[in-house]
Formats: sequence, C-alpha cells, structure tokens
Amino acid sequence: MNILVCIKQVPSSSNVKVDPETGVLIRDGAQSKMNPYDLYALEMGLSLRERYGGSLQVITMGPDSAKAVLMEAIYMGADHGYLISDRRFAGADVLATSYTIASAIAAIATQAPFDLILCGKQTTDGDTAQVGAELAEFLHLPHYANVQSAELTKEGALRCTCLLGRELLTARLTLPALLCADGEINTPRLPSYRRRQAARKREDWITVLSLNDFADQDSTHYGLNGSPTQVEKIFPPEKKAGHVRLTGSGQELGEQLYTLLQEKKFI
Amino acid sequence: MKHNMNQADFAFLESVVGADRLFVGEAISEDYYHDELSGTENAPEALVFVLSTEEVSRIMRYAYDHDIPVTTRGSGTGLVGAAVAVQGGILLCTSKMNHILELDPENLTVTVEPGVLLMELAEYVESQHLFYPPDPGEKSATIGGNIATNAGGMRAVRYGVTRDYVRALTVVLASGEVIELGGKVVKNSSGYSLLHLMIGSEGTLGVITRAVLKLLPKPQVSVSLLVPFESMDAALDCVAPIVQSAANPTAIEYMSKDVIGFAEEYLGKKFPDTAHPAYLLLTLDAADEQEAERAYSQVADLCLAHGAIDAYFIDTEERKQSVWPARSAFLEAIKASTDEMDECDVVVPRGSVAQFIKFTHALAAELSLRIPSFGHAGDGNLHVYICRDGLSERAWREKLAAAFDRMYEEAARLGGQVSGEHGIGYAKRLYLERQLGQTQMRLMQGIKEAFDPKGILNPDKVFLVRE
Repeated sequence: MNILVCIKQVPSSSNVKVDPETGVLIRDGAQSKMNPYDLYALEMGLSLRERYGGSLQVITMGPDSAKAVLMEAIYMGADHGYLISDRRFAGADVLATSYTIASAIAAIATQAPFDLILCGKQTTDGDTAQVGAELAEFLHLPHYANVQSAELTKEGALRCTCLLGRELLTARLTLPALLCADGEINTPRLPSYRRRQAARKREDWITVLSLNDFADQDSTHYGLNGSPTQVEKIFPPEKKAGHVRLTGSGQELGEQLYTLLQEKKFI
Repeated sequence: MKHNMNQADFAFLESVVGADRLFVGEAISEDYYHDELSGTENAPEALVFVLSTEEVSRIMRYAYDHDIPVTTRGSGTGLVGAAVAVQGGILLCTSKMNHILELDPENLTVTVEPGVLLMELAEYVESQHLFYPPDPGEKSATIGGNIATNAGGMRAVRYGVTRDYVRALTVVLASGEVIELGGKVVKNSSGYSLLHLMIGSEGTLGVITRAVLKLLPKPQVSVSLLVPFESMDAALDCVAPIVQSAANPTAIEYMSKDVIGFAEEYLGKKFPDTAHPAYLLLTLDAADEQEAERAYSQVADLCLAHGAIDAYFIDTEERKQSVWPARSAFLEAIKASTDEMDECDVVVPRGSVAQFIKFTHALAAELSLRIPSFGHAGDGNLHVYICRDGLSERAWREKLAAAFDRMYEEAARLGGQVSGEHGIGYAKRLYLERQLGQTQMRLMQGIKEAFDPKGILNPDKVFLVRE
C-alpha cells in the first residue's frame, strides 16, 4: 500500500501573539513543531505500512523552514517528503490550500499513484478541519473523517471505523481513498536518532514542488488570488473572565460554592 | 508514656481548631490509619487539620504538657509508615496549610506553607518562569512531607535533592516553642545547622509550618531521550559514561519492558515504544535549542557507542505526555500488578547500580520471587519492589524478610545507604540500625532527646524501640 500523509508545521506554543495593529501573527523566535493531530495520522500510516508493506511519504505546504517537519516524519519512519513551496501560494485560505495540495498530489501521482491519503483531524493553528475533506473532493476520492482505525479487507478494500458523536460507524471504501484520523487514537512513535544520523548522509529526502510542477498553471487559482475568503481582521480570542454557573437547591448550591472556594483556597 | 486521650483533650483541640477540623474516634476516616504502602496501620485518637503556626504551637504545648503523642501528616503519600500514628494520640494534618505565601524574585525564593502540593508549587513557579528542581515522582505529596523525608526525585542527578533547596524553615518544637531556622541567605556557617537536621527528620524533631525554598530560573529547553537496549545490563552499563560526559543530564531513569507493560495496563495508554527489553530515559536541560541539540547528540552518540539500539527524541509537549506520565505511574502500576508488595529504596554509589540490579535479578531467581525495579540510575537510588503474587502469608513474610536482609546487606557492601529518598519511618528501622551501628544511633538518639525530651513527636519512628 502506498500511503501519503499530509502534515503541517504549526507554532509549538498555543500562546502565539497577534500584532494588534496589523493582525499578523508574531512568530519572532516562536518555536514550531508538527501539528499534533498529524502525528496520529502518521502513526496510523506507519502501522499500515508495517502491516501491509509499501511506502509512506509525507507532504506539507509552507516556506523552506517547513522542511523540518518533513524530516521529523522521516526520522519517525517516513520514506520521503514533498514540500509544496512557492511565493505564489502565500496567503491561501482553506479552499486555495486544498486546491494547491490536491494539485501537488495529482502531479506526484502521475509518476507514483497513492492508495491511501491520510490527514490529521485538524490543525492546532487554523483549527478548521476542512482541508482533508476538500482535498478528497478535489481529488475525487472517497473520504471519511474522525477515523479511529483502518485495515484492508480480503478483497483489498479498506474498512475503517469512524467516531460520529457517540456512534461508531464502520465503513468500507475502495482504494484509493482519503481518511482523516481522529486524535488520541494511538501513541505516535518517537523520532529516531539513528534515522536522523542516516538521513544526514543523503540529500534527496525531500522533493520541492512549485507552481511550475502543476497541471493547472493559472496563478489566480492559488494563494491570496485563489482565496474566496477575505480576512478582515485577525485578533487573539478575548480573554474571558471565566464564570461558573451553579445549579441546584439551596443546600446543594451552598455545598458546591464551599467546594469551589475550598479548591481555590479561599477557605 | 502512652496517654489515652480523653474528653478534656478533645475539648481542648476543639477550642483550638473548631469542631469542623477535629475528628475523633470513628469519625476518623480509615484513610488516616495508614500511608500508601508500608502496611503500618493504626488509628489516631484525634485527627486535627491545622491552619497556622499558632494553632500547631498551641496543640504542641498542650500535647507536651499532657504527654500526648503527635504525628504530623501531609498528603499521606509516604511509603515507610512515617506518617502513621503508631502510638495513637494526635494526627496533625498540615494539608490545609496549603498557601503559597510569597515569591521573592530578588532572592529567587518562594515561601510556602507545608501543605502546598508539589504539583501546585511546580505549576506556580513555572508560571513565573522559575523552577523548583526537586522532582519526586509523587506529585500529590506535600512540600512539608518532601522536606521531612528529604525527598529526591528524578532531577537529582543534576540539581540535587530537596535539602539543597530549603533556605529556611519555621518549626514548632515539641514544647510548642516556635523557632526560625536558616534564612533567605545563600551561605550560612553560623553554628550547627539545625535547619539541615530538621530536613529529613520525618516529623521526629519538630513540626514544619513554613518553608522558604530556593528557586532557579526555568531552563529554556528541556529534551528527553528514550534509549532502548538489548538487556538491562547493557542499559545500566551505559549510565557511567553518560554521567562522566559533559552533557550533564538532569535525569537518568532506567526501566524494563515489563514495568512499562504494567504502566500501559494501569493507565490504559500505550507507551511509544515497547519493542526492546530495557530502556534508559534521560532528560537534558539547556539554555537554547542549539545547546540542547549539542547535549542530546552527544548523549545519543555515547549511548549508541555503548550498545544502545537507538535513541528516540522526546522534544514536544505531546511526546513528553506520552512518556513521562507512564514513568510517574510505575509505582502504582507495579502495585496493581500484584496482590501485595513491599519496596526497597536503597541508594548505592552510581558506579554500583548495574551490579546491584544484577544482584536483585539473581536474588529473584534464587528466592522464586518477582522483583521488578525501576529508578534513578543516574543518582544510584533504586526502587526495587518485591511482589507477593499469591504467596501464603507465612511464605510471603519469610521470603520478604530474606529478600530485604539480602538486599540491604548487598547495598551496604557496595557502600550504599538504606534509603535514598523515602525515609526510614516505621518500616526500615531495623535496617538503619544494622547499617549505622550503635555509635551513630546513639548520637541520633541524643539529638532526638535534645529536641523532644518527652518523646512525643512521631514516636517509634526512625529508632527501633526495645521494650
């Protein structure tokens, strides 16, 4: 099974500041890391590769510095990485991002098609959880989200379980397909120092793709130009002074209040 | 000396703490009869929750005048019965004295009441970009308890133990008198250090009611490495070269596949790697990413050169969460894997860790006992657990005694000590006496008598009492 896992580099702290004037994220010195949700998708992919053989590759979109997350995935066990990087892709909204990644995957697939594309549930910076589904639509692939587990049937189809609220859905898909893995479904393996040392001896781990590699060369379909979403303002969420609503009888309220004050060490 | 408490005593306690913080007789929950492990169990006659130094002082003065034993207790997470009121009397619980009183950024100190939990302190100081290095596995222990046992923890390799971070203490003596020991000073050569006598005295010399703790600036980067080995021997043989290296690790823990398995079962959560028989878990603190990378590369290379199979990075919060909670759960996880267990918390010179663990493996085979272990390979403090696994009461007692005798003997032979961080309490008194001998025990007795002439503070602890 040839697997492609979509990953993203995100700020490593949830405390990213936003410039109040320009609305731009202040990334000065902010450390970055792989989107935590992608780790579960990657682990699911690596386990499937272990079980069924084949290859596992990773893809990301971003500036040159995003190579770091591709290499991290390679230290975890991925075979190869693709970086989609081009100034003309900058400022892309969810739709343009999905279209760009879909175009890149289509370009790669002309050489080596994929049986399964895996995405994380969502990212910790954008939090939209839309790219996976849009990617599947652009690529005309069957798709399920909130996937807990996946395995091949005897007939070579894919059986997956998805968590729908409180219900667990078992679905059968024909390959190729796209799945968005749920969070906390496995314990992602750790990056290996040995693999890192070995990786340093070669330079062809990552293929960089730009608009020039795509079938659709119309730059108005990408980046800010290809984004129907107009961002008017970015601002950090208001810091709400948390409030707690207590309900119950007078006696119960008294007890709840007492416990609360005790926890806060006021009494 | 035993004084049976009466209504007048209870009335006095009520006059000090009020009816809602006093529990007598059957109103005392059985949770307060024992600690977390030692099998030492006894009901206190009165349980009081104190809120201030003044309350403690008034209670001690009364107890002194009326010959009532007083046992101090924090969260009750001890493992050697130190906080069990073995002679009844008053169980003085400091868990509600749980306020952080002051952060002094100029002197890098934090002043706390004894009932503040280790996890609360860590969270508070880290929110201020500061760092309290002692890191015992039991995060719900109180700081008072940590000081009373001189608790160590995983970061001792680089930063030392609780003793190294106590600047000053407010202590209520057996007589009720309040003394201030130490101060916000870095150096102190002013006479005998009563401060350091109090640290690790397990409630036998006084009641700690306030502590000034030393803090450090928080390290900017902290990275861990999980290093798999083909065998525990290979893992332990790698410790000395790491300690000798310039990498200066914060922690070097060792763990076996079976202990990790118990933790997985206990937590219901998979560990990121269980393919290998033995692991070292190392932490490195650094000022920046570059320094961290230099340090972990150096340690990883060293491990690989000494037979490690690989070295896995634990560099993000998510990865830390997949490893460290399991490490913190080992004690509970081993406990859940058997019907009963007892533990040995010996500390041996670092160079002898491998030898001691190999000894326990041989001993387990010889006595047909399961003796899993884990611990602080980097500082020589081992946590060795003897599991009952369905043995009859008699067989269990015999085998346990034999195993303890042999292990403490071996630890002493290697130049080790009875307890690295859990203390002596009630359960380990025999082994302390055997190892230290009469002269040292007599000196300790003299100290005890100077502080507590009537012997009311935590009686029957540390010293073996012969009728």
